[in-house]
Amino acid sequence: MKELYLGNDAVARGLWEAGCAFVSSYPGTPSTEITESVALYPEVYAEWAPNEKVAMESAFGAALSGVRSFCGMKHVGLNVAADPLFTISYTGINAGMVIAVADDPGMHSSQNEQDSRHYAKAAKLPMLEPSDSAEAKDFAKLAYELSEEFDTPVMLRMCTRVSHSRSLIELCERSEKAPRTYEKTPSKYIMMPANAKRRHPFVEERTLKLADWAEKAEINRVDEGREATRGIICNGTCYQYVKEAIGDKYPVLKLGMINPLPEKLIRSFSEKVNELIIIEELDPFIEEYVKSLGIPCKGKELFGLLGEFSSNMVAEKLGEKLPECVAYDDAIPGRPPVMCSGCPHRGIYYVLKKLGLHVLGDIGCYTLGAAQPLNALDTTICMGASVSGLHGFNKAGGSRDGKKAVGVIGDSTFMHSGITGLVNIAYNESDSTVIILDNSITGMTGHQQNPTTGFNLKGDPCTKIDLEALCRAVGIKRVRVVDPYDLKQCEEAVKEEIDIPEPSVIISRRPCALLKYVKHPGPISIDKDKCVGCKACMKIGCPSISLVDGKAEIDRSQCVGCGVCKALCKKDAIG
Amino acid sequence: MDSKSILIAGVGGQGTLLASKLLGRLLPDLGYDVKVSEVHGMSQRGGSVVTYVRCGEKVYSPIIDKGGADIILAFEPLEAARWFEYLKPGGTIVLNTARTMPMSVLTGQEEYPEGVTEKLASLGAKVDALDALKAAEEAGSSKAVNIVLLGLLSRSFDIAEEKWLEAIESLVPPKFLEMNKKAFSIGRNA
Repeated sequence: MKELYLGNDAVARGLWEAGCAFVSSYPGTPSTEITESVALYPEVYAEWAPNEKVAMESAFGAALSGVRSFCGMKHVGLNVAADPLFTISYTGINAGMVIAVADDPGMHSSQNEQDSRHYAKAAKLPMLEPSDSAEAKDFAKLAYELSEEFDTPVMLRMCTRVSHSRSLIELCERSEKAPRTYEKTPSKYIMMPANAKRRHPFVEERTLKLADWAEKAEINRVDEGREATRGIICNGTCYQYVKEAIGDKYPVLKLGMINPLPEKLIRSFSEKVNELIIIEELDPFIEEYVKSLGIPCKGKELFGLLGEFSSNMVAEKLGEKLPECVAYDDAIPGRPPVMCSGCPHRGIYYVLKKLGLHVLGDIGCYTLGAAQPLNALDTTICMGASVSGLHGFNKAGGSRDGKKAVGVIGDSTFMHSGITGLVNIAYNESDSTVIILDNSITGMTGHQQNPTTGFNLKGDPCTKIDLEALCRAVGIKRVRVVDPYDLKQCEEAVKEEIDIPEPSVIISRRPCALLKYVKHPGPISIDKDKCVGCKACMKIGCPSISLVDGKAEIDRSQCVGCGVCKALCKKDAIG
Repeated sequence: MDSKSILIAGVGGQGTLLASKLLGRLLPDLGYDVKVSEVHGMSQRGGSVVTYVRCGEKVYSPIIDKGGADIILAFEPLEAARWFEYLKPGGTIVLNTARTMPMSVLTGQEEYPEGVTEKLASLGAKVDALDALKAAEEAGSSKAVNIVLLGLLSRSFDIAEEKWLEAIESLVPPKFLEMNKKAFSIGRNA
């Protein structure tokens, strides 16, 4: 009996079936559900770590102790974890270790479109890439076999369309693994220069052995085709687009192993076809390798470096007929995502905009504050960059346009990468005000717990990190808490802190309006007789408020009664 | 075995994921190969969201391309228009006529276009339209819009009613089951 599984759930099932016993990750779309899903199996210890570096090092520690371990992250999370990645490649493992990284071609929910395959090559680690849920499960299991056979962490590369697509898989039982004993082995695990010099040749030899393995691996396979005028090499989700577009017209070499690549297999495949075409999203990773072998091929000159591919795109580039379609030719208003009714970020953003401040932003739901009508952000780079960026901005003299700058960062993001930036503000004494938008949850990725919420991944109560005490402990003397529904209080606090020439933190605290335990007062309404249609209440971009026949109207099915709009009405028409 | 591609278009928060989940529960049991593609994450709330459901003897691509959908299940008229190019010429649009205003319309920067349903039909689509919000409220909850629309959608499939009801039963909490069954029935018999 086959079951329909989300790609990420299939990875989780594969981890479980392979006897994985330890998981540590940080959430990040499109990788999050792997860890949420594996946490549901009672045999697996699973946790949210404060960031990907901590997660990877914890998973390494678990593998060192002798149990099969896993960490998962999105592509930009791998940048954070890159430091341990490059060195655990040298040490190898005790029990198997698998690292999943989910890329986001097309940037559905990411700030860049990096191609994480480069990391496998740079860190000299094997990388597998599935093309659907069945492979996601099988490759996760295979990754553990390779990890233990070749003494290496193994990377599993996912992408949005594999992570977030459902397809059928066959379920198997868990194969329980007895923990291996840890033996102290300084020459393998203490990577000081003398030992690391001896491990580096091991890594190079391992890559050669893995390349040999890749030549015979079933996951690198040829689908025969009817016409050998062309041959196609592809990987991951592109394989599905190719098969959808051309069926069995041309032979296809599907590469399930991305690093190392199989030289002999590629050579023999290329010799049987007249023209070789490489179809891969993002960078020319396979193409450059094939060209380095002196084999002529086409890839990026046809398909480009940007975004997601599709079966129509593949069909078009290969000269196949495209399906007919009819365009809807009238203009259609756009519908970007918006901050929810009752979102606690709205009030504080209104105040920052009103005070005319520059705002260095960060990664989270609150990035939506950049949209109209709040327009409240100046920058968004990566996790933690608001705090450290603000320090540099202020130390270097600020904007020189008379406006001051503040930084905003969410509670989870602050725990991830904001603390060290705040240490820098305290230590090097910049007159910076950091606003922690504490909504007591990791919001954007879909409500994950974090060290400030008092609950762990399994939902059990646990140690709750005290943000005020933490900020004071790193040397910030001015720490205060405001309620973002209270605009007056927020405005006073922000004005005061930006005027005082010393480091400060304002914690804007109110739980996410979508959390189940949050009780709302209920919808409020507008007195049409008092409303003069001045639109003051519309400056906050609340999706519950619209203008009907020149007067404001509140959608009672959406409004939760936060009352932020009420404070803006000079005619006392909202109540 | 007929292959079918259904594009589900709506606004984040409307319950489009439950609709695709239900089709994902129903179709494999009938012996179809099935693929469903969803978008999670930041685009959820208030933004335009799309889910693809494909079934047939063998399905490769998890996404639907322009000109590839047999049916568009639209939770909102603008979203039907936005994804119209993805419909096969002469395909079916199962449409909720209740409007959800985008932010640019709420703030008065843009106008909500009139006559969307008529225009969709004039471009050759078979439009099966219903005010699903009103129907859901009639069934007992404005949250049942997705189930009403599934009832409406079920008319385009040669699948027995009890199979649909079994799939609903497996996905909704028992205390809301009767209400959801009523919502489905209103859609199916509209």
